[in-house]
Amino acid sequence: MAKMRYLQALRLAMTEEMERDPNVFIMGEEVGQYQGTYRVTEGLLNKFGDKRVVDTPISEIGIAGMATGAAMVGLRPVAEFMTWSFAMSAMDQLVNHAAKITYMSGGRIKCPVVFRGPAGVGTQLSAQHSHSLEAWFAHTPGFKVAMPATPEDAKGLLKTAIRDNNPVIFMEHAGLYGSSGEVSEDPDFTVPFGVAAVRREGKDISLIAYSKGVAMSLKAAEILEKDGISAEVIDLRTLVPLDMDTVVASIRKTHRAVVIQEEWRNAGFAAELATRIYEQAFDEMDAPIQRVAGADVPMPYAKNLERAAIPTEHDIVAAARRALS
Amino acid sequence: MADTIVKPPTEEDISRAEMLDLYRLMLRIRRFEESVYRKFHEAKIGGYLHRYDGQEALVAGIIPQLQLPHDKVLCTYRDHAHAIACGTTAREVMAELMGRATGCALGKGGSMHLIDPDRGFLGGDGIVGGPIPVSVGVGFALKYTGTNNVCVCYFGDGAMNQGGVHESLNMVGLFKLPVLYILENNRYAMGTALGRSTGQPDFILKANAHGIAGEVVDGMNVLTMREAANRALAHIRETGEAYFLDVECYRFVGHGIGDDNVGGQKLYRTDEEVEEWRRRDPLIQIIRDLKERGYISEEQIEAIEAEIKVEVEDSIVFAEASPEPPLDSLYEHVFSE
Repeated sequence: MAKMRYLQALRLAMTEEMERDPNVFIMGEEVGQYQGTYRVTEGLLNKFGDKRVVDTPISEIGIAGMATGAAMVGLRPVAEFMTWSFAMSAMDQLVNHAAKITYMSGGRIKCPVVFRGPAGVGTQLSAQHSHSLEAWFAHTPGFKVAMPATPEDAKGLLKTAIRDNNPVIFMEHAGLYGSSGEVSEDPDFTVPFGVAAVRREGKDISLIAYSKGVAMSLKAAEILEKDGISAEVIDLRTLVPLDMDTVVASIRKTHRAVVIQEEWRNAGFAAELATRIYEQAFDEMDAPIQRVAGADVPMPYAKNLERAAIPTEHDIVAAARRALS
Repeated sequence: MADTIVKPPTEEDISRAEMLDLYRLMLRIRRFEESVYRKFHEAKIGGYLHRYDGQEALVAGIIPQLQLPHDKVLCTYRDHAHAIACGTTAREVMAELMGRATGCALGKGGSMHLIDPDRGFLGGDGIVGGPIPVSVGVGFALKYTGTNNVCVCYFGDGAMNQGGVHESLNMVGLFKLPVLYILENNRYAMGTALGRSTGQPDFILKANAHGIAGEVVDGMNVLTMREAANRALAHIRETGEAYFLDVECYRFVGHGIGDDNVGGQKLYRTDEEVEEWRRRDPLIQIIRDLKERGYISEEQIEAIEAEIKVEVEDSIVFAEASPEPPLDSLYEHVFSE
């Protein structure tokens, strides 16, 4: 184990997988010579050379198509979007090509590609650069969707993503890049998809989150504890596949839930999560599920307005209190 | 349209057997498409239907020259001919069109998504311009793995107005990837004539703008097409760099099932124009050339027709007798293991 930052853990995952498998390569805007816009790929060009660390033009359609095509014939591309906000240009290649080729071919073509990059809000980047678009991709059959909340998961989930034989949407959170934690240095360490983590045990209410929402939920749990409320915090880790077993087991214990997402509230992933809880554990519920989400507005620039649009631990605390009242 | 700059090959360039093979392949495609049209109107085939009638030389002149399955082929939704040329059997194609479990995509793809990776055919694509970004990756992988193979990517003149095509051509020119682009320039993007869809119909200029060399080819003559393809393929294998063929061609029928009747086509083109192009039918030209060289007799022509009729009818019998995909396959193949 070693203490490292979330972005270093991502880099370590890519380094180890590139050393393990010569078919793994990295591509994207500014990933090589510039060392990565957020420095996630720093040093990789020097280590692996420009055959395996490929700087591309600012061409998201071309990037998505190139990664998809290379995966269709046996390579394992790790394609970086400078931010997930820019992936919108590439939606046809992502949704109509990468996500569907396996099904359209009757399973005759595999598409082992990772699309990764930062998502998230909160640094006054305003409307066009502040997004969390996981619901769009989780909505599309054919994608797996991973959203790590800790440095250790950043490494372990990315390694699983690279080894997976399917297109993986790997959404990092820009606000977590600098966060530190203990990370396994074992090159065989991975975190499996579809296995949620109970980050804190509790008995009164389940706070179900992913990505940065997990840290917020842990802070909320501490605040609630002062009032004698015992909150359980579940980190979903991957939205597709979704570990409902862990969620339902928690609901059976607490009988109350808050579902947390950073993305726009309307038609977001938390709505899917809440519906599944109702479908699978309605009789266990003692109160309506509470939802914490971002405001349904394009992200405003002004700091006070931005703050008002983003969910915080205080919103989670308030939601928990509503569920317990 | 620029003049064709490739001269037809001389007699020594191609053997009798090869010429007969080109004729047979083009006729198989034509007769297959005609029977598909019939089965569509019998409601045995659903969805959209885009026929290749008139453009057969573009696959017959190129795909048999490839080293399949190591070379790779990508194309558009007008893809029945490409599958057949890559070696997918008429049975597998017809069964796919009829949505049967025995189809080349197990009934999951249909007309626009024929695919046969074991034979190097990476599939049709239902999105105009869709295969070109994918071709960047296929070309990249062929180069990355140190092969001398080529990705052949077909697309239409309408695709040249898609943004992603230009992103992709730029990347292929930049990275110097082994891709042969075949612009199936049949002069109409669905019902929109070339002059109504672009202010610059010189597509070689556009390829050159991205650092890719190319030339205009007469796609109505399969021998001319074959000659140009061989030179282009040799160039790519030698230099590792892409090449672009703007192939002058014409579809004799409508864009799809929506304008397959003559009335539909009259909205955007005249009977006289269609008739003029039909006089350049690649099948008429190859028969003429075969006869001029004394390579074929009337009896052989009849025998080939009969042989193809048997193959196509057999594919229909096979497909109609094949089971539909089992319902429990609905959720199969969303993910690979």
